[in-house]
Amino acid sequence: MKFAVVVFPGSNCDRDMFYAITEGLGEQADLVWYQEADLSEYDAILLPGGFSYGDYLRSGAIASTSGVIDQIREAAEAGKPILGVCNGFQVLLEMGLLPGAMLPNKHLKFMCHYETLTVENSDTMFTNHYSDQEEIDIPIAHGDGNYYCDEATFKKLKANNQITFTYKNNPNGSVADIAGITNEQGNVLGMMPHPERAVDSLVGTKDGLRLFQSILTHWRDKHAIKA
Amino acid sequence: MRKVKIYITLKEGVLDPQGKAVQNSLHSLEYNNVADVRIGKYMEVMLEDSDNIEQQVDKMCDQLLANPVIEDYSYTIEEAV
Repeated sequence: MKFAVVVFPGSNCDRDMFYAITEGLGEQADLVWYQEADLSEYDAILLPGGFSYGDYLRSGAIASTSGVIDQIREAAEAGKPILGVCNGFQVLLEMGLLPGAMLPNKHLKFMCHYETLTVENSDTMFTNHYSDQEEIDIPIAHGDGNYYCDEATFKKLKANNQITFTYKNNPNGSVADIAGITNEQGNVLGMMPHPERAVDSLVGTKDGLRLFQSILTHWRDKHAIKA
Repeated sequence: MRKVKIYITLKEGVLDPQGKAVQNSLHSLEYNNVADVRIGKYMEVMLEDSDNIEQQVDKMCDQLLANPVIEDYSYTIEEAV
């Protein structure tokens, strides 16, 4: 399976993502510069964390107007798995592929530590290697991770099972402890915690690796059926 | 040439942690009558004269300058010297 890691000016978790795919998962990945990217040849698209364009205006806002965004939209419509982590999640929100917006953390601090997440929906292409209500440890590293949406949007997220991960001890003030959500179709996941930093027991936990294994399992199943 | 002054504010009901911190600081300076502080953004955009300037500014705000999920915007358009 071939993954694209889209690199924006200011991305800084792109190599971690690359490592998670190539060393952790053992699949193919390319770092693709946002201006030169041709995403058509990839099976999945990963938007890494960092501070694209220095978080100018709003986190992810400037990146969400760049040329590669149309290709990401097309891939989303085609049903390809798209994962945005941290700044990648912020970009997905700013481009409107996921509902809601990010606010500064409730206590205004940049936070960088492990959080316990609850898997709220294990029936997605990103979470089929987890079980429902399983608790997993994944590191966070963000200043603007306070997920906000209005009541109507929240009800919709809930009704469609779009809430994928929640924080056990909400660190940032997010609505309903939300740590990660998918789009309605379930092929776009945005999450603030960093699964790509939890793929090797050397750094404490491999809980994040199963997210990437889930994508691979889903992809293999889909292609086995086609074959 | 026109000067567009754009004010972007958080929507009512959206928490503003920055505003709260500033409010607390004002309280510690003994401005005890400060009931609330909300922080927003101010931008100046210079636009060459064209038709439909207002329409254009609305679109700019909706597309990029403000995030309609959490922010409101208003603006004034002035003749620039």
